[in-house]
Amino acid sequence: METVKTQDVSLNDLPWIVDYRPERCTLCGSCVATCTFDAIAFARERVNSAARKSGSEESKGPATRLVVRQSAAVAQACTGCGMCEKVCPARAIRPVRNPDHRFPLVGRAHGPIKRGGRTNLNTQRTLDAIVVGRISQMTDPALDSERHTFDLRAPLGRVMLPHELPLRVRGDRLELEDPTPPVSWIYPVIFSDMSIGALSTRAWEAIAIACAYLNEQCGLPVRMCSGEGGMPVRLLESDKLRYMILQIASGHFGWNRILRALPRMKADPAGVLIKIGQGAKPGDGGLLPAAKVAPHIQAIRGVPKATLHSPPNHQGLYSIEESVQKMHLSLNAAFGFRVPVAIKCAASATSVSVYNNLLRDPYKICGGFFLDGIQGGTGAANEISLDHTGHPIVSKLRDCYMAAVAQGLQGQIPLWAGGGIGMTGNAAADAFKMICLGANGVILGKLLIQLLGCVGNEHGRCNACSSGKCPTGICTQDPRLVARLDVDKGAESIVNYMLTFDSELRKLLAPVGNSSLPVGRSDALVSTDKAVADKLGIQYAC
Amino acid sequence: MCRIGSIKSRSPVAPARALHLMLPQQEGHDNSGFAMVMQDLEGAFRHYKDKPLLSLACTPRGVQLVNDYMEQKGFVQIAQWVPDVVRRPDLRISAMPRYVFRNYDYPEIYRYRTQEERDDLLVDTRLALRALLEESNDGYVYSFWPDVLTLKEIGDPADIATYFRLWDDDGRLEARNIVVQCRQNTNYDIVRYAAHPFFLQGYTLCANGENTFHTKNTELQRSLHRGYIGFESDSQNFLYTLHYVLHELRWPIQYYKHVITPLPFAEMARRPDHKVLTLIRESLAHLEINGPNAIIGLLPDGNMLACCDSKKLRPMVIGGDENTVAISSEVCGLNAILPDRDTSRDIYPGERETIVIDNNLEVQRWKQ
Repeated sequence: METVKTQDVSLNDLPWIVDYRPERCTLCGSCVATCTFDAIAFARERVNSAARKSGSEESKGPATRLVVRQSAAVAQACTGCGMCEKVCPARAIRPVRNPDHRFPLVGRAHGPIKRGGRTNLNTQRTLDAIVVGRISQMTDPALDSERHTFDLRAPLGRVMLPHELPLRVRGDRLELEDPTPPVSWIYPVIFSDMSIGALSTRAWEAIAIACAYLNEQCGLPVRMCSGEGGMPVRLLESDKLRYMILQIASGHFGWNRILRALPRMKADPAGVLIKIGQGAKPGDGGLLPAAKVAPHIQAIRGVPKATLHSPPNHQGLYSIEESVQKMHLSLNAAFGFRVPVAIKCAASATSVSVYNNLLRDPYKICGGFFLDGIQGGTGAANEISLDHTGHPIVSKLRDCYMAAVAQGLQGQIPLWAGGGIGMTGNAAADAFKMICLGANGVILGKLLIQLLGCVGNEHGRCNACSSGKCPTGICTQDPRLVARLDVDKGAESIVNYMLTFDSELRKLLAPVGNSSLPVGRSDALVSTDKAVADKLGIQYAC
Repeated sequence: MCRIGSIKSRSPVAPARALHLMLPQQEGHDNSGFAMVMQDLEGAFRHYKDKPLLSLACTPRGVQLVNDYMEQKGFVQIAQWVPDVVRRPDLRISAMPRYVFRNYDYPEIYRYRTQEERDDLLVDTRLALRALLEESNDGYVYSFWPDVLTLKEIGDPADIATYFRLWDDDGRLEARNIVVQCRQNTNYDIVRYAAHPFFLQGYTLCANGENTFHTKNTELQRSLHRGYIGFESDSQNFLYTLHYVLHELRWPIQYYKHVITPLPFAEMARRPDHKVLTLIRESLAHLEINGPNAIIGLLPDGNMLACCDSKKLRPMVIGGDENTVAISSEVCGLNAILPDRDTSRDIYPGERETIVIDNNLEVQRWKQ
């Protein structure tokens, strides 16, 4: 008989317990081979001798049997990804959530918990307390979402005030006298910045293929942001670059290659996005654990195999004014002032000040303000950042829009908002509401990898993006795991989702009687939550 | 839904003609009010065409407030027409105690000022009077502009006409341009300011249909010009955009349509002037309208303008003879006042057209 050792970590301390049914198990080994976390292994287990037949051949051997057993080690804790269940031909195994676990305590024994995914604490859904409540009835006709033509385009680039436009009246026509900042009108969705590194090359490729397909076959000019870390030279030198927004973040990873490729670029990129911060871990730079810095990542980024910490800020920048002058100007100049340069910040109590500064910048050079809320996803972060830092996106987007309205500058720097868009699966509804509140478009990230097969969620399932052991081959550089991902099928599922998104967006535009995007049409929304209604300046309904 | 109409004529016409244009359409409006703007006046005002005319409905105290203000600012009253009203209990009208139509001369210090400065003075004066009267709820000032008269009242249009003796064609009240509407804005509160036509600095506008981009239009317009106020009706947005495009930006008239109903991006891209059009759409995205609307505008130079929404969800017809051209929501209105016109020449503007009628009654059709 063993003495209980109180401090020992046991299965019941872990967030997931593997429910294993030996009577069903055929010991095929699929689950053990599939589990990337080594959370399960074959083991011999003693068997109750009373259950054995006396005198049989079997009874002469040891009183054990072969089983699949879960590891009780914290480093090998089951993440609940469910791959074992997926591969088991006998329905003999599955992970079960353990409501009594002590993981937040035992998991910190060797330092801060790191993980990927979204915040697990601040998952409130303001957007679900808002409904599209202004439906065209008798005062104006609703449109037919199937038959009407819709003009769903959003600006990316610095928009000028009408009286500043270099237009001259000649006869009864207006003529353009001088160049103006580049503005592209694109679909109101940008595939958000997930780098090659955070994602496997194949997952990144699947998203890039979906993006190109949507542009070339479906007429949806969606753009994709590279994320920090560059991209394959072949893509930099291909005409498909026109669908890509290049990101420069505080580590400046990948820019060596980008700059070298400049003379050989056949097409301008769709934009440049300066990443100052991200909603999932504001104030923290990018983090790529050494486990994910595979040889090809080292090549693209020009780094040795080591954990890659991007600094929390751009080292050369000390103020917004400086960022405008130095970074915006130099990046604009790099592409001959033909490519919009935008900036991405984590939503924060200070977002309005930043936006005001950009709006008032005399160079008029910021081509977009990307705001990322606390519910945004990440490939790797300290859990404390994920769960305890950040700012909800909805009210902050609204604050920024209304700050521009107060100055008559709405629309001058397009607002792109993200961080939890599509968290419950319906990105079109979220996008429509954000647009009515003042966004020009939305950015989608986590949703895309979920479409590729990611099983992570906001209830602590999987979220092992930082471990390099992603069981779906999406957030890992291990070639054996990456092989699990079917690139074409992944791209197809993103394309299909976006086509549905487009139909659903029309389904919301039609009843409010609009054929172009209702940016700032807050009158179309009502909230069933008085506090939300008051904060956002929309009607309260009950 | 409103019905709107306007008449442009070589020879002056009386308001009765405008009423005859509108009354056959009464199934479409609700007879809840009457409002008109007359421009290029004859009759009582023919000798004062260059003197700003104040159109006011107020209380006796309101008259006093206005008198004091105008005197203090140096305006000199040079003429006044007070309607000889018919006070009958059976008339359905919510009449104000006093209606004042007065011509003023500019203050002495404005004698040698530019026309622009004078125009600004008139706008500022109207806004100040409006604020003054609103403060104590003593009345409404509709327009203060040379050669322009505005009359608005709540009630049955036929009764309102009887009250002001508009049926009598006595030659006192006549104009070459009349923009008219027979409904209070019942979508919102019954407020006299909410009834179109609306007027600002020489620009008059009447619109039909809900403005679904009212909120975003309003939010931008508030910061564009001090005169863009009120917003009691979602149709005021159309006037302010007209004023902004033509008066503030000084763009040619055809660009009004490009601002309010921009071409789809795909269509724009195929045009030689796509850069200009795209810039306009970008910069003035918040002045786009996207609902069902028909618009009649009257410009300071007397040109009359008509256009519709980009989906052609609101009707409008233009017809005329050698002496008169009229715009109407429904053709029955035209039939009532111009029964002998050549109907084959009637114009039903398309969703991409702008119609401009100049002072020679020449009708221009511009495709966007």
